[in-house]
Amino acid sequence: MTDSAKLFLYGNEAVALAAAHAGVKMGTGYPGTPSTEILETLAGFGDPAIVARWAPNEKVALEVGLGAAFAGARTLVTMKHVGVNVAADPLFTAAYTGVRGGLVLVTADDPAMHSSQNEQDNRHYAEAAGLPMLEPASSQEAYDFTRLAFELSERYETIVLLRPTTRTCHSKGIVTPRAPDAIERRYVFERDIPRLVMVPGNARKRHKALEAKLEELAACSNASELNVCVGEAKGASIGVVASGVAYQYVREVAPDLPVLKVGMCWPLPLQRIAEFTKAVGEVLVVEELSDFMLDHIRAAGIPARGKHPSFRLGELSPDRVERILAGKPAAEPKPREDLPPPRPPVLCPGCGHRSVFAILKKLKLTVTGDIGCYTLGALPPLANLDTCICMGASIGNALGIERVVEPEQARRVVAVIGDSTFFHSGLTGVLDAVYNGSSGTLLILDNRTTAMTGGQAHPGTGKRLDGADAPAIDPADVCRGLGVRDVKVVDPYDRAALEQMLNESLANDAFSVIVCRHPCLLLTRGEKRDLYRVEPQVCKDCGACLRVGCPALCQAEGHVEILTAYCAGCGLCADVCKFGAIVKVDA
Amino acid sequence: MSDTVNVLIVGVGGQGVLRTSQVLADVLVGAGHDVKQSEVHGMSQRGGSVVSQVRFGPQVHSPLAPEGAAHYVIALDEAEGRRAAPQLHTESGTLIDVPPKLLEQLADPRGRNMAALGRLSRHLGIPSQAWHEAIRHRMPARSIEANIAAFGAGALFDD
Repeated sequence: MTDSAKLFLYGNEAVALAAAHAGVKMGTGYPGTPSTEILETLAGFGDPAIVARWAPNEKVALEVGLGAAFAGARTLVTMKHVGVNVAADPLFTAAYTGVRGGLVLVTADDPAMHSSQNEQDNRHYAEAAGLPMLEPASSQEAYDFTRLAFELSERYETIVLLRPTTRTCHSKGIVTPRAPDAIERRYVFERDIPRLVMVPGNARKRHKALEAKLEELAACSNASELNVCVGEAKGASIGVVASGVAYQYVREVAPDLPVLKVGMCWPLPLQRIAEFTKAVGEVLVVEELSDFMLDHIRAAGIPARGKHPSFRLGELSPDRVERILAGKPAAEPKPREDLPPPRPPVLCPGCGHRSVFAILKKLKLTVTGDIGCYTLGALPPLANLDTCICMGASIGNALGIERVVEPEQARRVVAVIGDSTFFHSGLTGVLDAVYNGSSGTLLILDNRTTAMTGGQAHPGTGKRLDGADAPAIDPADVCRGLGVRDVKVVDPYDRAALEQMLNESLANDAFSVIVCRHPCLLLTRGEKRDLYRVEPQVCKDCGACLRVGCPALCQAEGHVEILTAYCAGCGLCADVCKFGAIVKVDA
Repeated sequence: MSDTVNVLIVGVGGQGVLRTSQVLADVLVGAGHDVKQSEVHGMSQRGGSVVSQVRFGPQVHSPLAPEGAAHYVIALDEAEGRRAAPQLHTESGTLIDVPPKLLEQLADPRGRNMAALGRLSRHLGIPSQAWHEAIRHRMPARSIEANIAAFGAGALFDD
């Protein structure tokens, strides 16, 4: 990992390599697309001097990161954009305390919501909390900016936010690393009560210190090489101010336009932007999502134009930037009926979640959902999920519905949450349920991994990020510990048992938890499995089995067929067939 | 920019779209090009479409190619190939698939992706040694020889 040769890396790999070269002592975070691979790569270096750990959620991750940085260690904390919402509580106050060791917080934003529930623009966090933010636009910059972020963090004693977006995280480019920093990683925590104990008397002084620091950082931004002018500004009819991957699109479609490339978007280099504007005459701001830079540039009295408001939705692209440069609104997507229908994401064949959703649908229940593969239960043909807001929201949403609707509907509401999501944000919801006397039902869909992001370890898996053994914490035990009396565990492949348990739980007056435990199929790939086939002469072609939405089932001439290569042997289709047309194949 | 060459590799989860991109990118980096490769992952294990872009030239800015600007579309799946067809450059675009006659020549149908790279290699003028080296570097040890053979079958294949 100390190669000086040219490397070809994802943006995420480049961040991890830079952190290692910066002498990082600890990395932590919570998995979330598009940030997940940063910490996996860091752990993958196997460097005994680096402690890399998944945290149960982003708030804990940042708090752990702060502790390490208070003790003087260089620390990397990673999360996706919505993870920063979870970590926002420590974040805002840590802007007052600042840090001793460099702390770089990666907020990996997901414009276009490739794999997210919203496309919030986390540049606003930099302004709101008062923290500097860097925006890399390539793998090389992901490396360079991470190295620089650690230096800035220590020079100004502040957390530095690094905001790559999906296209930077998940694109590869050539990276030339520089020599690693020589850091002897031995740390001692030293007491500093006025600085680190944020009671009002101390915090007021620290807020004042933060404001002064932000002025220094603004001067730093105006002088910094992070913000560079590309092309000849003098004599041009128009110049562009751009940041992040939007800069690359501008260079792609308009290589001759002068561009002020903003690498440090908070504090904005307003002086530099004013000078650039004077030189080019007119400035167009090209930025993804909100008009963050544009609003601040205009507020500073610098005349500037922005994109058409239609471009605040979704990510940019070379074609979209071409339209922005031409002053046009976003093009309406043209439906192409001549192309094959899209392949929407579906639950894998044999996924334990499908069995659960088949029963929820059969019982016609209202289902509050959460963040994970099981959110796919909202898509046809299952289409039996009623809410999805954020990590842990399923439980609170169910409680709220239960409290206000008529009893007959209240008894038909269940919450579903995954195992990793339960550890992340479900515990406090369960506490509310027990404390306030809910009679509702919670299904913990325990597939023994963090499946949606590719199978990361969590407190229930018995493994740590580096593969080491850990205590496996059972969500059933946690619920009992939180005061839930009615806790059951079932394999959702046993659909009769699950249905019976569910009916009992809905009928009783206690708050009930059913842990539906079946390992993710991605964990058990290659293991021996049952196989099923359709007896064509028995099949009535009624389509009941197709309505469970398994990709291993397909329509043949006059009957349904099972694609053996895809079948995982869960037997759900055989269960729903009233005619006994689907049978297990003898081994 | 006009001197950037755009290659789209399309298929479905499990066909090795990303590994194919990796081999191609290795070869291009080794030949001295600036290279960017881009894809969206996260959902690909759940049977979705997988699209990867490899762009190369003297200096590549955007990780994404402009629409309708693909010089080559490598289709590992027939339906995905049709879906990506509008991305082909109208004048200089070439669709590279693996026709049944070529697939028959492969010892293992899983060599489809390397056979497709073999077909692409005829357009790029990079010595086969470099391709073999990248395959050795990126493919699982047990399948290296089969993959090199599949690459060779593709490189020699005439419609």
